[in-house]
Amino acid sequence: MRVSFLWLKELVDFNLAPEELAERMTMAGLAVEGITHLGAGIKNVKVGRILEVKPHTNSDHLVICSVDAGGTEPIPIVTGAPNVAVGQKVPVALVGATLSGGMEIKTSRLRGVDSHGMLCSAAELGIDPDNPESAAGIMLLPGDAPVGADILQYLGLDDVILEFELTPNRADCLAVINIAREVAAVTGGKLKLPGIQVQGNSENVRDYASVAIKAPELCYRYAARIVKKVNIGPSPEWMQRRLQGSGVRPINNVVDVTNYVMLEMGQPLHAFDYHLLADHRIIVRRAEDGEEMVTLDGSKRILDQDMLVIADPKRAVAIAGVMGGENTEIAPDTGTVLLESAFFEPTSVRRTSRKLGLRSESAQRFEKGINLNRTVDAINRAAQLIEEMGAGEVVGGVIDEYVHPFTPLSISLRVSRINDILGTNLTAHEMAEILERLGFPLRRQGRDRIDVDIPSYRNDISREVDLVEEVARLYGYGNIPTTLPQGIVTQGRKTWAQQARDLVIDSLTGCGLTEVITFSFINPKAFDRIGLPEDSPLRRVVRVQNPLSEEQGVLRPTLIPGLLETVARNQHRRQTDLALYEVGSVFHPNEGPRGCGGEQTGRLEQTVRPSEPLMGGLAAGGERQPREDLTVAGAVCGEVFRGWSEKPLAADFYLAKGVVEELFSRIGFKDYSFVPETDHPCFHPGRTARVVHRSETVGIIGEIHPEVLANYDLAKTVFLFELDLERILPLIATAKRYRTLPRFPASERDMALIVPGDVPSEAVARAIKAAGKPLLKEIRLFDLYRGSQIRLGYKSLAFSLLYQAGDRTLTDEEVTRVHENIREELAKQFQAALR
Amino acid sequence: MPGVFQGDGIMGLEVPLRGGAVKFPREQRVETEVGPAGASPVNGRQYQTCNCLVLTEDLGLLDKRVVPRKAFVPDGEEAFLICLFDGRDWRSVGLQEALEQIRDEATRAMEKARSRDELNELKIKILGKKGQLTAVLRGMGALSPEERPGIGQMANSIKVFLEEMLEKRAAELGEEEKKARFREETIDVTLPGRPVMLGHKHPLTTVLDEIKAIFLGMGYAIAEGPEVELDYYNFEALNIPKDHPARDMQDSFYITPEILLRTHTSPIQIRTMERVRPAVPVKIIAPGKVYRRDDDATHSPMFHQVEGLLIDRKITFGDLKGTLLEFARQMFGQERQIRLRPSFFPFTEPSAEVDISCMMCGGAGCRVCSNTGWLEILGSGMVHPRVLEMSGYDSEQVTGLAFGMGVERIAMLKYGIDDLRLFFENDVRFLRQF
Repeated sequence: MRVSFLWLKELVDFNLAPEELAERMTMAGLAVEGITHLGAGIKNVKVGRILEVKPHTNSDHLVICSVDAGGTEPIPIVTGAPNVAVGQKVPVALVGATLSGGMEIKTSRLRGVDSHGMLCSAAELGIDPDNPESAAGIMLLPGDAPVGADILQYLGLDDVILEFELTPNRADCLAVINIAREVAAVTGGKLKLPGIQVQGNSENVRDYASVAIKAPELCYRYAARIVKKVNIGPSPEWMQRRLQGSGVRPINNVVDVTNYVMLEMGQPLHAFDYHLLADHRIIVRRAEDGEEMVTLDGSKRILDQDMLVIADPKRAVAIAGVMGGENTEIAPDTGTVLLESAFFEPTSVRRTSRKLGLRSESAQRFEKGINLNRTVDAINRAAQLIEEMGAGEVVGGVIDEYVHPFTPLSISLRVSRINDILGTNLTAHEMAEILERLGFPLRRQGRDRIDVDIPSYRNDISREVDLVEEVARLYGYGNIPTTLPQGIVTQGRKTWAQQARDLVIDSLTGCGLTEVITFSFINPKAFDRIGLPEDSPLRRVVRVQNPLSEEQGVLRPTLIPGLLETVARNQHRRQTDLALYEVGSVFHPNEGPRGCGGEQTGRLEQTVRPSEPLMGGLAAGGERQPREDLTVAGAVCGEVFRGWSEKPLAADFYLAKGVVEELFSRIGFKDYSFVPETDHPCFHPGRTARVVHRSETVGIIGEIHPEVLANYDLAKTVFLFELDLERILPLIATAKRYRTLPRFPASERDMALIVPGDVPSEAVARAIKAAGKPLLKEIRLFDLYRGSQIRLGYKSLAFSLLYQAGDRTLTDEEVTRVHENIREELAKQFQAALR
Repeated sequence: MPGVFQGDGIMGLEVPLRGGAVKFPREQRVETEVGPAGASPVNGRQYQTCNCLVLTEDLGLLDKRVVPRKAFVPDGEEAFLICLFDGRDWRSVGLQEALEQIRDEATRAMEKARSRDELNELKIKILGKKGQLTAVLRGMGALSPEERPGIGQMANSIKVFLEEMLEKRAAELGEEEKKARFREETIDVTLPGRPVMLGHKHPLTTVLDEIKAIFLGMGYAIAEGPEVELDYYNFEALNIPKDHPARDMQDSFYITPEILLRTHTSPIQIRTMERVRPAVPVKIIAPGKVYRRDDDATHSPMFHQVEGLLIDRKITFGDLKGTLLEFARQMFGQERQIRLRPSFFPFTEPSAEVDISCMMCGGAGCRVCSNTGWLEILGSGMVHPRVLEMSGYDSEQVTGLAFGMGVERIAMLKYGIDDLRLFFENDVRFLRQF
C-alpha cells in the first residue's frame, strides 16, 4: 500500500520526517518497505505560459516559444514538442534547473537559435515515468495554474510516498484513514478524519433504481446512489496526484472518485452507467455456469455458479468485487451514474479472482474483508466529493440492502494474563491507555480486567490474545524485558537415527566425498535417461500436481538422476575429477516397491519391511502419504589427485567400492556381500554389483552404463553407488567393543596363485580363510596380474596372509603346515597353482 | 748411525745393519718381540725380524708407507729401532724425540682430518694396539730405571693429550658432518604438500549442524517429520484454514488436494505436540527441507528451515527474546544485538520478525544491510492459543514460544554468499570452499 506522506499529515497532527515515521511505524507492525521522494532531483522548474510560438527558420520540426515563467522578461525556448500552442500552461525548466534523472538545463544553441530553458514532459518530472504517454509530449497544466509557481509544490511533487508492506491480517490498512489511525496511535498525534456530508437533491434514489440481493450468503450488504447530470472530465490535480502517488492511474472524475474513496476508506466502489442498466434494476446473484461477460479490461470471462455477479434483469454487468463489465462502463457521454458500495463475502471473491486469474485492487480488499459497517459512509463520501468537484448532481437518499448485519464485538482482557504472556508488569491503566490510543472504546476498566469494544474496521481481532499483540506492539517489543525460560532442565540430544545419519555423512566426507543437495523433485524424463524400462516399478512415482515445470514434475524415487545431473553440470564446467554424495529422502507411492535401484521389475515387490519407519515418524500420517526412505548415493569420476610426486589415481569401480566398504566399516554394518548384477539398465552389465545382506538387496554399485553416460553427455565414466539407509541403518552395530591387542608376534607369508580368470577373488579369499582357521588372522590381496607371464585365461592373485596365535609365538613349522594346507585346498577347489 | 736403509723405504723395508748389532743410545739390551727368521730378499742374509718403528720427517710419522711393522735384524740380534728420516738420511732417535714427533705429527694430522672416519683411522694408527704410540711406548723397556718415570710421564701426558684432542676433533667433525648432512638433506619446503583428500559437507549441512548444536546445548531435542505432508498438519492445525489469505504467503506444491509438500517444518511441531500431550515441556527444534512454489533470484522451490518450539507453564514473550538473543549471539558473535518487529503469522500471537545487528558494519549501516544496520533472520512469536488447543493443550495452563528460520538465509549471511541458487547447483568449486 503506497501512501502519500502529505496526505497522512493532513489526517494526523505529527511532526516527524518521513524516515522517522517509517521507522516508528515499522517497529509498531506496519512495515514501511520503501520511501520515495517524488520530486527528488528536480529544482528550478516553474509553471509557465506560452506567449508565442514561431517557426524555426532552420528546422521544420523545431519551434521557438516565448514563455512567461513569472520573470521580468519572456524566455525564448526552442522545442521539438509537437503539442505546444499559445496560451498553454506548461512546466518550464529554467537555466540551472535539474530534472528527474539528473539532467541539467543550460543555455544551448539549437540550429542557430539560443534556447534558455526547456519545456518538460511528465516523465521528466518523474511522474509515471514508465508510462509512454508521460514522455510523449509537453505536460499540459490546467488553465488556472499560477504562472511562476514552483512546479513541485504546484503538482504535489514535494511529497514522499511511503510504501507499506502489510501483513495479511491488517487488510484494514488498505485504507489511508486506517493507516492514519495507526500513525495517530504511534505518534500520539491528533486524528483529523474528513467529515462526510452529502447535500443531495430533493429526489429519491428509490425512484431511480432498485437493488435485490439474491445470494445473501455471498453479499452481506449493497448500497447504491444515483448521480445525474454528470460532467465527465478530468478530476482535480490534487486528486490525480494522490491517486498517482498510490499507483492508481487517473481516468476521469467519476472513476477517480471511486478509486479515491477506495484508497481513503478501503471500500471499493463501482460506478455503472445508469442508462445502460436494463430496467434500472440491480440484481446480486450467482452467475450461471457458462455465463459470459466482458470485463473492463476487454477480456471475455466465462463464469460459473460459484461466482457472484451484479446483474440487471438481462445480463451480468459486473463480477462482484472483482471487476466491472464493459457493457455498463462510464464513458465520456455518460449522463447518470449508479454508484455501488457493497460487502461481498471474502472467500467467494478470493476464489473468483483466483479462478479468473484476475487480481484487482478491489478484489484484493474484498477478499481480506472490508468494514461491513462503513458501506454507506463510503458511498456518501464519494457523493460528497462529486458534489464538491461539481461533477454531477447527487440524487437524494441511499439504497442500503443490508442482509447480514454487522455484530459488534466486545472483548474482556485480563491484565495479569497479558503480563503472563508478555513477561511484563504493565498496569491496567497503562494497557487501557494503549487501547485508547488505538481508538478502541473502553467499556469497563477494573484492576485485572478491561472490557473493550473492537472497532468494526479491526476484523483481525477476535479474542483476548489478539489484544495482547496490540498492547505489545504499541508498548514496544523492545521495551519487553529479555529473559531466559525457567523450568525443568531438559537434555538436548540427537536420536539414535539422527546420530546414525550424521555418522554416514561424516564417514563419506572423511572418505573424500563432497556432499551435494539436489532438489527432491526431478524430471520424469530422467527415467528414460537412466534407461529404466517402461514397466519398471521405479516409474510409479509421486507426481506433483502443480509443478513449476515438467522438469520438476515428480518426486524422486532414487537419487541417481540428481547425482548424475550434478556430475554432468560439473563436468560441463570442466570440473571432471569428482567425488560426490547425497543423503536424502526418496519417495514412493505407498503401494510401490521399496528403495534402491538394485531392485528389478517384479522381483522385490513383496519386500515391505514390517518394522517402524526409521526417521522418527516419517510417513506416520497414514497410508495415504507417500513413503519416504532415507537413501545415500555417491559418485566418483575422473582422477584422484595425489600430489606432484605421484601419479593420479583413476577413478574406477574399486574406488567406489572402497568408499562403500569404508562406510560400512565405520558405521558398523557387517554381513554384506557384493553380488554381480548383470541386468540393471543403468549400469554396465559386467561392472556392477548388488549389495546384499542375507539375500536382501540393500544397495547397488557399479559403472554407469555407456548409454546412460551418453544420455547425460558425460565425458568421463562415472562410478556410482546407492544404498538404502532405511534398511541398512537398523542393522548397524554402533556399540564398540574393545578386542585385546595380540601379545605374540604374527608371521606374515605371501601366496601368489594362478587361477582360472573367471574365479571370483572373493571365493578364493573365502577358501583361504576357511582353510587357514584358526591361525590365519588376516588376509589381504595385494596384487592381481594378467598378462604375458601367465597362461591366457588365467590370472595371478597374490595374497598376504597373517598368522597369529593368542597364546604363543608360532613356530615356522606350524605356519608352514597351515600355509601348505591352504595351498592344497586351493589347488583342489580352483585348480590353483602357486606362482 | 745405527742403520742405513736401502731401497726407497716402501713396504717390506729391509734394514740391513752395517757394522753388526743395532746400537741403542745406552747400548742396553732390550726386550724385543722376536719374530720368525728369514732371509733378506736383498742380500740373502739371514735375519731375525723384530718390531721396528721408522719415523720420517717429511712424509710424516703416521704415513703408512714409511711405517713398516717389521725390520730385519741380523740373525741372533734383537733390536728396537726408532729411525728418523731427515730428508736425506735416516737416523735413529731417542724415545723422547720420537714421542714429541708423534705428538706433533698426530696433532697436525688430526687437524687436517676431514671426517670422523679419517679420525678413526688416525686413532687406530696412533693409539690402537698396533699404533705408533703404543709401539713407541714399548720401547720404554729399553730405558733405564731413572729415565723411565720422566719418559713415562711424558708418554702418558701425550697419550692423554692426543685422546682429548681426538675427542674434541671427533666432536667438531661430528658437528660438521651433521651440518653437511642436513645441508645435503635440505628440501624445498615451499613445494605443495601431499594432498589429503577429505570431502566437504554441504554448507547447508554445516550451518544446520551449527544451529542444531546451539539448541541441543539449550536442551532442545531434534524432531523430524515427513516432507510430504497432510494439509491438516501443514495448514489447518496451524490456524490456517482453507481460503485463509495467509495461504497466499506460501504457495504450495500439491500431490493431492489433501497432501502437499510441506511449506514449513511447523507440521513437525503439531505432530510432536499430538504425540506427547499433555506433557510439558515440549522443547524441540524441527529442521528439514521445505517447498514453496517460487523460483527466482531470491526464492528456491526447495529450501531448508529450522523451527523451534518451547511449550511449558509460564513461557513469556520475554523468554522468546532471550532465547533468540542467545541463538543470535552464538551463531553470529557475542556482540550481536537483536530487534523484534511486530509481524503476523497465523500460528503465533503476538508475532515478530527478528533482526540481528548487521555483522558487516556492526549496525552502522552498509550495503549488506541496505543501510539499515539490521538483517532479518527469522520469524517468531508466542504460539497461538488456537494451535495449542487444536493439538490438545490447555492454552490457559501452558504457553509457548516458536520461531523459524531459513537455513539458506543464515548460511548466506554467515558466509557472505550472494546467490541462493549456488546451494543447489552443487558446483564443486563452490562446495569445496566449506
